[in-house]
Formats: sequence, C-alpha cells, structure tokens
Amino acid sequence: MEAEAVTFPRIVACGDSALSVELSDRIDEALNDRVIALAETLTTDPLPGVEEVVPTYRSLMVVYDPSIIRGAVLTHELGKRLRGLEPSDVTARRFTIPVVYGGQAGLDLEELAAMKGFTPARLVELHSAAEYRVYMIGFAPGFAYLGGLPDILHTPRLATPRQRVEAGSIGIGGKQASINSVAGPSGWRFIGRTPLRLFDPDRAEPFLLRAGDRVRFRPVGQEEAAEIDGAVAAGRMIMEPA
Amino acid sequence: MIGLMVRQAGPMVTVQDLGRRGLQHAGVSGSGPMDAPSFRIANALVANAKGDAALEFAGTGGTFEVSRPVRFAVTGGAVGIRIDDKAVRPWESHDLFPGSTLVIGGLRNAVWGYLAVSGGIDTPPVLGSRATHLRSGLGGHRGRRLQAGDSLPLGDAVSSPHLCLCTPWRSAQRFIHVVPGPQDDYFDTQAWAIFLGQPFTVSAMRDRMAQMLDGPVLRSRRGHDIVSDGTAAGSIQVPGSGRPIVLMAERQTTGGYPKIATVASVDFPRLAQTPSGRDIRFRRVSRERAEDLLIAEKLALGDALANLAEKSAILDASGDHPQ
Repeated sequence: MEAEAVTFPRIVACGDSALSVELSDRIDEALNDRVIALAETLTTDPLPGVEEVVPTYRSLMVVYDPSIIRGAVLTHELGKRLRGLEPSDVTARRFTIPVVYGGQAGLDLEELAAMKGFTPARLVELHSAAEYRVYMIGFAPGFAYLGGLPDILHTPRLATPRQRVEAGSIGIGGKQASINSVAGPSGWRFIGRTPLRLFDPDRAEPFLLRAGDRVRFRPVGQEEAAEIDGAVAAGRMIMEPA
Repeated sequence: MIGLMVRQAGPMVTVQDLGRRGLQHAGVSGSGPMDAPSFRIANALVANAKGDAALEFAGTGGTFEVSRPVRFAVTGGAVGIRIDDKAVRPWESHDLFPGSTLVIGGLRNAVWGYLAVSGGIDTPPVLGSRATHLRSGLGGHRGRRLQAGDSLPLGDAVSSPHLCLCTPWRSAQRFIHVVPGPQDDYFDTQAWAIFLGQPFTVSAMRDRMAQMLDGPVLRSRRGHDIVSDGTAAGSIQVPGSGRPIVLMAERQTTGGYPKIATVASVDFPRLAQTPSGRDIRFRRVSRERAEDLLIAEKLALGDALANLAEKSAILDASGDHPQ
C-alpha cells in the first residue's frame, strides 16, 4: 500500500501528556536549528503547564500537564510560536574534545580503516578534521548524537552488539557519530575514547554538551590522556567551550 | 543514622520517589514508580509528603527491620505481610518496632508493590530526585537494587492516626486505552485492525524500562526505522520483529522505532500491574478523552488521599478487634 504524503510541520499526540512538533521526517541541520529555537522559546518564555521540552533531530517533544493546559490548546499555542519563530540568536558553543584513538577503547579502528582501504592514521585525520553538530542528547544521560561525519566514514552498525562499551567511547553508527556518556551495550563501531566525562551527576553542571553545540575532536597521546584522566578524577577538568 | 535495615530483598527492590523532572532533554528519563497512585497511597497512609521516597518491589518484597519505631504501609496489590508471627494487611498503616521483623511476601494479581516508611527513605537526592535509575546507576541506594545487608536512612516522621484505604483504588477493567500516534500513520488499516481487534499477552520479558508484548505481529508499511524522536511514557514502539514494546518508567528518552500508539496515562499503572501471561486488549481513545480520564483520576486520587479512614473507627464499626 502506498503511504499518503505527510506535510510538515505537524503537531501529533504522544498520548495525553506529551505531543511532538514534527518539522520533518529527515535529518536536516536547518530544521534542527528550528527545533532548538522552538525549545529555547519555551524555556525563556514558558507556557503554563509545559513540563519538559525534548529537542531531537527533527522534532520537539513537549511534555505537559493536561489539568493545566489541554493538548488542543497547547497545539494551537505551539503552532503560533512556530509560525513566528525567529532563528535562535544564541551563538553555538564550540568544544574541542581530546581523543585517544585506537587502543582498548578503539577496538574497531584498524578494522574500519582496513574496510575503507586506508591507514588508521588517515582515518584519525579524517575523523578529527570534521566539525560535528550535536543534533540531540538522548537515549541515555548525556549521550551525544553527532552529525557531520564525513561521508567516507559512514559505516553500518555491527550485526551483533557488544554487551559493554565504556563511557567516553567515540563511535560511528551509520551516518552518525557519537560520544557515549555512560557504559552500556552498543552496536556502533568504536575508534577511540575521550577522558572527558560527558555526564557526571556530582558536577555542578552534570552535562557537558547540549543540542546545538559544535564539536571537534583533537587526537591526544596516552600521556596527555593520563593527565586529563587524573584531572577528571579529581573533579578539576571542567571543559569550557572554546 | 540508620533507619531501615534490609535482611533479605526480593529480586527487584529499589528506592523510588515521584521521579526526576525536567531532564529528558539531557537524556535522563523520569524513572519513579511504575504505579504512581499506589505509591502515593502508601506514602499518605504513613503521613509522608507525596514526594517522599519509598521502596518499590517487583513480585516479592523482602525482610526488613528498623532501628527506631516507625509506621509503615504496603500497597500495590494483595500480599502476605507479617510482623514477627502476626499477619497484617496491605493498604493500611502499622507500627514496626526495633527488634521486630517485617516480612513482605509475594504479590498476588499484581506486579509492583510499595513499602512506605514514616519519614521517608532519606538517601541523598541525585539530580533532584531519590528515584533509582538502574540503567544509568543513578539515585536511590548507590544507584542499584537493594540487597541483604543494606541500611537506609529515614527522614523525620510526622505523627498521625493509623490510616487505611477502605475502598480498593483500582477496579477491574477489560481494556488498556491507547491514544494513536505519534507514528500511527506508519500502520495501515489491517495493522490497526489487528492491534485493536486481537489480544496481546503480557510477556515475562519486562522490567522498569520496557514491557514486551506477545501475540500477533504488527507490520509498518513504511519500515521499522524512523529518525529518532522523543519517547513519552507508555509509547508502544514496534521494531522490525513486529512485536510491540511498551516503554515504561525507566525508558530511554529517544528511540528510533515507529510508535503506533501511546498508553493512556490512567492505564499505564494498570498495564504495569498486569501479571505476566495475562491477555490484554487495546481500545482506542482520542487524546481529549484520555486527558479527561487523567484529570478525573487526579481528582479521584486527591479525594481518596484526603479521605483515608482512621483505622480504629473502621475496625470498631465492623465489630473487628483493633490490632
């Protein structure tokens, strides 16, 4: 059966206490900017009854209390905001993330380079030359989904996921790149690790990254990584955007 | 300061409060109780504030002792409870003194039980909440399920008469109400007919994160991968296997499978409390209707909590002996 065409934007129900403002069904940088800008208006100029906003690649989930604002009214209000939406005037934060490529945490580096027909060093060069965009934080606390992976590095996920991948692992899954924030199972391919902690509940600012940030990776050696590890463990390493 | 000692713990006992708020954008789902009304009733029975932390257990409770006199209540379903050799009832408050042992057995016809202790469980809040988030090891007691030997601090108790919930909070109901979407249009009329027309079996593959359903296979007409979007509590996602998965309290905050529908908030705890192997049927309702049901339930719960009966009066009236 042929699916009928869907027109965007549209606002759809996610049950009785959340709805989704969908701008597209594809990944697109300009639309992700609009998602984040809409989220910002709801943070700076809140609507009563709105409890959470969750920006994702191409849609904004809005969690609400229907005893304060009904979904139909909220849909109307969000439609108005969307029509009058100005591009965000917040300048994107830029981070440079130190990465130890290869080794224990970069299990797939050599195989991935071999698959692509170049050396591991060339792969590192390509991966660290690109600028990435944090499209969304999702799945797990602080987990960063990155766009901007060079086409040549796009690689399907593993057929069989690994049971445990460490926090800080630098991954590639299809067209996407990731920085894993917590340890857990994953079917992505991993080429290195950052000693930085994307998520640390004991820190004044527990989450390093947020949707809309830009990220570059900087290769570091074991020695520098060990220094950063020490500083992070002592709670000193608070990364500032640069 | 030690308050509640765990001598034996059931397989899944965690500290929960009403959950984390406002952090889904950072990848942290709310966690909190699988059956929030039962949790709130347990706290109210011991005069705790609604946001105080209590224990949630799956199936079997455990064996507990206290280092100071407390009042406690167990809710969630029918369950055998003993203080030393004396059997006591759920859905009402009791005293527990140092030197006595509280044993909470297995729930009958329910899955999630709650043990509230006067003063509340006073573990340190993490990201604004004491709720345990097992997958990320956050909150509660060291971010994990409880085990024998754990000791939990208790907050300051408020004195109150012994209380009891006289009328059962939840009545039997044939259907789990669902609101179509957000990806209802990924499923054609045939898939919808199956979804609403045939029973699904509550699988034993279940935890605080997700509930798997057995039964007929659901096929999306536009594939089973979407560009990941937000996942509300009760989302029914359909992966490539065609077997629906309902996302529960400790779900991931985003997901890449199409979601045919979302369980109405009032029926979320009802689904959570349905024993494994039991059949359920879905019934479609509009968002407006589901909102109406939720608003009505909020009022009804407020009434129930405000009108908990003093136990001695009830027992006297029924001719029963006060315990």
